[in-house]
Amino acid sequence: MDKLAVVPVNGKNPMNSKKPMGQRFKEFVIDYKRQWEIQSMIIPGIIFMIIFCFIPIYGLTIAFKSYTVIDTLDSAPWVGLDNFRIILSDKYFWDAVVNTLGISFLKLAIGFVIPIILSVMIYELSGGRFKKIVQTISYLPHFLSWIVLGGMLIAWFSSSGMFNEILLNLGIISKPVNILLDANKYWWIATLSDIWKEAGWGTILYLAIMSKIDPTYYEAAKIDGASRMRQIWNITLPNMKPIISLNLILTVSGLLGSNLDQTLVLMNSQNRVKAEVINSYVYRMGMTQGDFSYATAVGLGVSIVSVILLISANKVSNKLNDNQSVL
Amino acid sequence: MNRTVAKEDLDSRIFNTINIILLCICTVIIVVPLWNVVISSLSSGKALAEGGFIFWSKDFSLENYRAVFNDETIGLAFLVSIAKTFIGVITHVFFCAMIGYGLSKKYIRGRKLYVAMGVITMFFSGGMIPTYLLIKSLGLLNSFWVYIIPALFSYYDVVILMNFFRNVPDSLEESAKIDGAGDWRIFLKIFIPLSMPAMATIALFNGVGQWNDFMTTKLYITDQALYPLQMKLYEIIVQSQTQAMQNVGGSAIIETTTKGVQLATIVITTLPIVVMYPILQRYFISGMMMGAVKE
Repeated sequence: MDKLAVVPVNGKNPMNSKKPMGQRFKEFVIDYKRQWEIQSMIIPGIIFMIIFCFIPIYGLTIAFKSYTVIDTLDSAPWVGLDNFRIILSDKYFWDAVVNTLGISFLKLAIGFVIPIILSVMIYELSGGRFKKIVQTISYLPHFLSWIVLGGMLIAWFSSSGMFNEILLNLGIISKPVNILLDANKYWWIATLSDIWKEAGWGTILYLAIMSKIDPTYYEAAKIDGASRMRQIWNITLPNMKPIISLNLILTVSGLLGSNLDQTLVLMNSQNRVKAEVINSYVYRMGMTQGDFSYATAVGLGVSIVSVILLISANKVSNKLNDNQSVL
Repeated sequence: MNRTVAKEDLDSRIFNTINIILLCICTVIIVVPLWNVVISSLSSGKALAEGGFIFWSKDFSLENYRAVFNDETIGLAFLVSIAKTFIGVITHVFFCAMIGYGLSKKYIRGRKLYVAMGVITMFFSGGMIPTYLLIKSLGLLNSFWVYIIPALFSYYDVVILMNFFRNVPDSLEESAKIDGAGDWRIFLKIFIPLSMPAMATIALFNGVGQWNDFMTTKLYITDQALYPLQMKLYEIIVQSQTQAMQNVGGSAIIETTTKGVQLATIVITTLPIVVMYPILQRYFISGMMMGAVKE
């Protein structure tokens, strides 16, 4: 059976390189025919992947072309790196880059740590009903769409909304303000609303890992007189190191792809300067202004940088984790 | 000895108290805003304009919901949401299970190539514009099927199902083969019933995704009749935002009416998820774990 799974290397099958090409092809056809029923289950998937994944990857070539609505993918003339050259001198693109990095950095700095702290806090609860309630409630916002949450945020921050009411009652402000119209606060709104939505959800994986920590570690530490904080620091956190670094790698690789739904629903004419991110810029250039080649070039550039980030984050984490690869 | 125990006890008690207080604060931060939306949606336009309430409505009224239910387009959007979620989930799960079953057999010809293709789809994509051009050339723009067909396949889900199918004992398949059953029959009659837990997990995740999805509509649909609830809500939000900005200090009545409708639509859009949540919760933790375990 194993023989069937061998894939030709450089056109030669290392297992039976003596057999001529024609015979191997014949064997393949015979096997394939015998397996036709099970193969018929896979064929639709292969066709799907070719159409919906590989054709769009081929479609990336329009980043190097000058595509207009009258063209087809192949008839558009090649322009080499012209689109990329324009990007580099595009002020709006760089604004979007700054916003994307700013928001992503805040999300990374705060939003990455909070689920870890939260999961430790939940883990330290002795169990019972309160633990269940906290978990159930903290997961809930994850299931709200950004459109729903955006609508909620607009209602909370409106001049007669809850947010102003609380601030007025606490005497922090004397007159209602709508901070969604304040461009300088947008980064914080984007970050904190994202944390509100996802922090609880982020604890699930951590909690699952923590439940596998050997309880005798804690017993031994208790006998040695270690305080609870000390136990967390010296037992819980070291045990979570691999999963934390894996999460960090995935987060870093997604730095440039911050949430399009969130931006589309929270962005308005007042806060646009601080709210436009790369993804929404691609959307605006491509879908509303019809500059397909340019938008594709921006998207391609971002994907390439993301892959580079992923690889370098993985390298760094390998160094930190004594060369044990987490990816 | 006694002193250490007492000290540890005190330390633990302080720790527990602070921990519980902090977690209570976290819970309040999540619950109060959500509750505020619900009670705001149950308030009259006048009360909404005046504001001044957080926990309890000042002027209870169902007028916002009446306005929403009187709007036929929202009713239609609700139907579109249900249809696309229902059809989308069933076709997605079946499609992924079928491919996952095929790929779970190690002996099939070309398996390495298929797996390699699948892995590529996980890491690379053409992005927004090339995908848009593809959808356009397939004639899926402004078609209900754009919700279903591009969402049929996800290699992540295929991997999860494939791993699940592998754990089913081979002897079941062998004995069915001896009885003369073909692969399709074995898949449909044996493997699908046995894999219900895994398929339910994927169905629930996919269902939430379908229900919440709004980019598909935003990108590919301009025909209002095909708008799902999320898109309808987005329109109401954008509309009220522009109005709010045009009427700074102007007529507040229009703003509050749309605000009330907006809040009621938010609640209606979220309701199915909240109703499904207890069922969801049983499955999603195991789903997270299955998703984390890669081949």
